[in-house]
Amino acid sequence: MIDFDSRAFSQAVAATPHRVRIQTGLLSDAGPSGGKLWEGPIEAVFDAQGVSVFYGVKQALSGVSLRIERSRITALIGPSGCGKSTFLRSLNRMNDPVPGFRIEGQILYHGHDLYAGNVDEVEVRRRIGMVFQKPNPFPKSIYDNVAWAPRNLGLKHGLDERVEKALRGAALWDEVKDRLKDSALGLSGGQQQRLCIARAIAIEPDVLLLDEPASALDPIATASIEDLMHSLKGRFTIVIVTHNMQQAARVADRTAFFGLEATAGEPSGTLIECADTETIFNNPADPRTRDYVTGRFG
Amino acid sequence: MSDASFDPAAPLAPSGNLRRRRAFSRIAEYGATAAALAAVGVLGIVIFGVAVHGASAISLDFLLKGSPDGIGPELVGTAEIVAIATLIAAPVGILLALYLTEFGNSRLASWIKLTLDLMNGLPSIIVGLFVFGLIVKATHKQSGFAGSVALAIIMLPVIARGTIEILLLVPSSLREAADALGVSRWRTVLGVILPSALGGILTSTVLAVARAAGETAPLLLLCSVYDPSQVTLNPFEALPNIPTTIFRLSEEASPEGFTQAWGAGLVLLTFIMVASIGARILLARSRSKMAQ
Repeated sequence: MIDFDSRAFSQAVAATPHRVRIQTGLLSDAGPSGGKLWEGPIEAVFDAQGVSVFYGVKQALSGVSLRIERSRITALIGPSGCGKSTFLRSLNRMNDPVPGFRIEGQILYHGHDLYAGNVDEVEVRRRIGMVFQKPNPFPKSIYDNVAWAPRNLGLKHGLDERVEKALRGAALWDEVKDRLKDSALGLSGGQQQRLCIARAIAIEPDVLLLDEPASALDPIATASIEDLMHSLKGRFTIVIVTHNMQQAARVADRTAFFGLEATAGEPSGTLIECADTETIFNNPADPRTRDYVTGRFG
Repeated sequence: MSDASFDPAAPLAPSGNLRRRRAFSRIAEYGATAAALAAVGVLGIVIFGVAVHGASAISLDFLLKGSPDGIGPELVGTAEIVAIATLIAAPVGILLALYLTEFGNSRLASWIKLTLDLMNGLPSIIVGLFVFGLIVKATHKQSGFAGSVALAIIMLPVIARGTIEILLLVPSSLREAADALGVSRWRTVLGVILPSALGGILTSTVLAVARAAGETAPLLLLCSVYDPSQVTLNPFEALPNIPTTIFRLSEEASPEGFTQAWGAGLVLLTFIMVASIGARILLARSRSKMAQ
């Protein structure tokens, strides 16, 4: 294994908040194992400030403040019921139809309040795409699954190229190029999930939210989804919720650890800590994070 | 009652009150089977009776010619009345169902569902009276269109309820997937939800057509004074139609009229059965498609 001085690393991070990020390749298999340097401040795509979410009287999330940086992969990890999916779904307003949903605090997306009165949630979701836990292709052909949203959004020019590009981007093109007219329901689970990713990137969103995208898949399909995330990095800002800590360690640049905390009696989810993935796994600041990542809890 | 103690080593023959429970279970089973057989039996007797009495009347002339040889004009008239009724009821019923499942709030939805159920239980003669007051009295004449309006009122709840049920079967994950792509709800309805539910919507429409085709009471009030010897196409005249013809012929008390009434009944019954069975096959196919 590569030797890694976590103390020196965390000092380096602490000394330069939001300025220089060092990726060592220890936990991530992306890129060369040498250091990679980003210069200058990294722009925040999302800036959540004191976000609390309620479903009716039940509080699901309390006081989450989190910056999500551009063109990087941020993983949200934590035990079940700690609000990580709730937080993710609040980022593109997918919680809006949930009865009793209420949000406090502010989520800024490129500086705009996502929940301001003049914000159209359809426009929000056009820019912030989402892939769900269970593959949910439309009961249409493979081609039409990818082409449907661009067609409806008026992106009809060069549709064939767009579909091919999206399917290539989702590492599915070679498997389906000869049967684009076949039903998407005939694909395997892993292929269906990659089709859902292709469908999401076909409209070239700014952000891709992935809600446990591999939890319904076998290990081989999971590996292909993880490979895919590496190849999508840079083109999109990616936020992924995962139960699987190894997955977070393998794919994410930044990791946010959510936990349950009792506020006023009722336990609700909250953000414990967010840092570079290496820091979270090797030198977390909070003992709860350490207990969780070392398997002592959860 | 003693404690439920038993000897684990005893032979495995029924012990305790198992014999009694078995007897009860058997009585219930036989009762349910008998009820099912009775229902099927009644249907069988009706079909058999109509077929036996009506078969001798069926011929090409009977299907194509006008009175007194056949029921050709009535077939055309019934088809036209039901077609117009479907054109009125299907769009309203489908849009209503879409509103309730895709757009409306759940409180309003439950009220409208209740209204639809009440409408479904409305006696058809009442519907006939209502349309009589609405159209026939106002225009001073009977018409096929008035009949169509009455049949549309009868069809509407059947189509709407059936469509609601099938729309609720469309997985919500498809709606979420479409939402997450930044596509507006109406586009989602047109592009994803309706195509998925099309089979079921067609089914409920066909079932409603089958139900409406045999409705007699409203047509007796609204569309019963017509010339059965020739085809009439203008829906604002009284159109010859099968149900009132069956009624008229069986009132005539002549043997030929009776045979013709049975023959017309057989034609109507065959149409309704073919439509219902076809609709159910369609429904089963679209259900299994959705379950994939």
